[in-house]
Amino acid sequence: MFPTPIAKTSRTWQISYQILVPLVMLIWLLPLLAVANFSVKPEADFVNGNYWGIPSSFDAISNYGKVFFESNMPRYLFNSLLITIPTVIGAVALSCMAGFALGVYKFKGNLLIFFIFIAGNFVPFQILMVPVRDLTVSMNLYDTKTGLVLFHIAFQTGFCTLFMRNFIRALPFPLIEAARVEGIAEWRIFLYVVLPLMKPALAALAVLIFTFIWNDYFWAVVLTQGPDAQPVTAGITEFNSQFRAAYHLMSAGSIVAALPPVIMFFLMQKHFIAGLTLGAVK
Amino acid sequence: MASADTNRSWYKRNEIAVTPWLFLLPAMIFFAVYVIIPIGQSFWISFHEWDGLGEKTWVGTANYERLLGWGDQNMDRKFQVSFWNNLKWLVLYLLAIPAGLFIALFLNQTVTGIRFYKSMFFFPFVISQVVVGLVFSWFYLPREGLLNAILGVFGAGPVNILGDPTLATYGIIAAGLWPQTAYCMILYLTGLNAVDPEQVEAARLDGAKGHKMLWYVILPQLKPATFIAFVVTIIGALRSFDLISVMTNGGPFGSTRVLSFYMFEESLSEFGFRMGFGAAIAVVLFFIMLGFITYFLYAMYREEKGAH
Repeated sequence: MFPTPIAKTSRTWQISYQILVPLVMLIWLLPLLAVANFSVKPEADFVNGNYWGIPSSFDAISNYGKVFFESNMPRYLFNSLLITIPTVIGAVALSCMAGFALGVYKFKGNLLIFFIFIAGNFVPFQILMVPVRDLTVSMNLYDTKTGLVLFHIAFQTGFCTLFMRNFIRALPFPLIEAARVEGIAEWRIFLYVVLPLMKPALAALAVLIFTFIWNDYFWAVVLTQGPDAQPVTAGITEFNSQFRAAYHLMSAGSIVAALPPVIMFFLMQKHFIAGLTLGAVK
Repeated sequence: MASADTNRSWYKRNEIAVTPWLFLLPAMIFFAVYVIIPIGQSFWISFHEWDGLGEKTWVGTANYERLLGWGDQNMDRKFQVSFWNNLKWLVLYLLAIPAGLFIALFLNQTVTGIRFYKSMFFFPFVISQVVVGLVFSWFYLPREGLLNAILGVFGAGPVNILGDPTLATYGIIAAGLWPQTAYCMILYLTGLNAVDPEQVEAARLDGAKGHKMLWYVILPQLKPATFIAFVVTIIGALRSFDLISVMTNGGPFGSTRVLSFYMFEESLSEFGFRMGFGAAIAVVLFFIMLGFITYFLYAMYREEKGAH
């Protein structure tokens, strides 16, 4: 193990390490802690110049209550959910199938198609922006959740296919051959042999895509406007102009907007990291 | 009846050849319509003047001439600023890689609670860039921000980072480095987990330690992690948009624009929709990216060939 395990070092270093780690963590999270502190302060603290000290009273309930009951925030959160979940299902379904085709079959153009999916994934969004916006407008889907979902599914399919294909490649191929010898139809092999083995990949991709799409901002401002369709990342701007300079409310709003992927991460940590670090180890 | 039967038997006979295409079809259609074809369309649009609604007017390379200052024109000033800022982003963003490695080495221990600490170090990456941008712009506030409170303790005067044209871009990059470092850290932590302990022990017996051990024994084994960290950091740097939009909206005095932001501003801002000019900026950005994309794909292709 590198660096030298702490258990094998001197007692003083062991103790200082135990103190150092939480200390460095606090510094690392300082900007966030400051915002969390803002979000539970009463308005009076900002008037009196008590910006970063201990809150004079604990006003979390009234601050967060305002976010949920006196703004469009719940609507934006709900929009985010209605955009994120169909995208996750769509992108994972499409890429499962594409990954299966590219991972299991040998045919002309296999590698080329695979590399087109990877390459598309690296492209700067801006080169897609004008045509995709135009396409969405012409399909009458501008400022709708559907328009956003369709694009997200298509774009995420690139990354997901890369992921799925490599995962299927690592599965034991004799299993598929054995099924073929039994005379099982190919689509049944996909459904009953390969798909059950892909559960960890499905979980990993689902949490990753959930986070990516929830956090998307660029496409939200390009393809939607207003509280009917906009997700929370774009809606927070409107929220902030509603409560201009009311830092305690704006902080509470941001924390609410950021929370769902954070919860997702802590619940599904193992899958999340497995997905994110795919390929980091040979 | 008979035709259905021959149909089925044709499918049966060609099952292995046809199935992959059937499985690929939905993904390929989606990807073609929303990703591949739009790239071509952007090139086409960039040779036009277009407000997004009416007819497109063919203007040849006029958009590029204006942008890059070919012929007797000067290079577009906003483009120049954006381009230099993109370079700053690229270079400084790469700091996330050594920083991530450093934190990973720091946390690669087995003490009580280390899993919790690792999660806490990682979790800025999970927060949306919009919120990261807001968090940092409040952190930087001249009066209310914590940064100036801390500087005040050391006797340093208050600085208005996001209000100062010479500092603003660096302030935004620092905010971007926060989640990016977390990402690189998790890549390296996973990589360190897979480092061969026997090699480390053998090197230790040979008297290697500290930075020599790191450089000659550990880093070569972390190569795959470094490659991915490099890819995601470069892509992240060139995609920077959310932070700029949230923290400064391109200001002060347009000093924090990058190409992706400038493109958006020209195409969809309140100053009017100049889609053709915007598309031309996007094409330039695409070509900058293309150099990196080709390298990434080449490296992956070699890997793919090596695996068989």
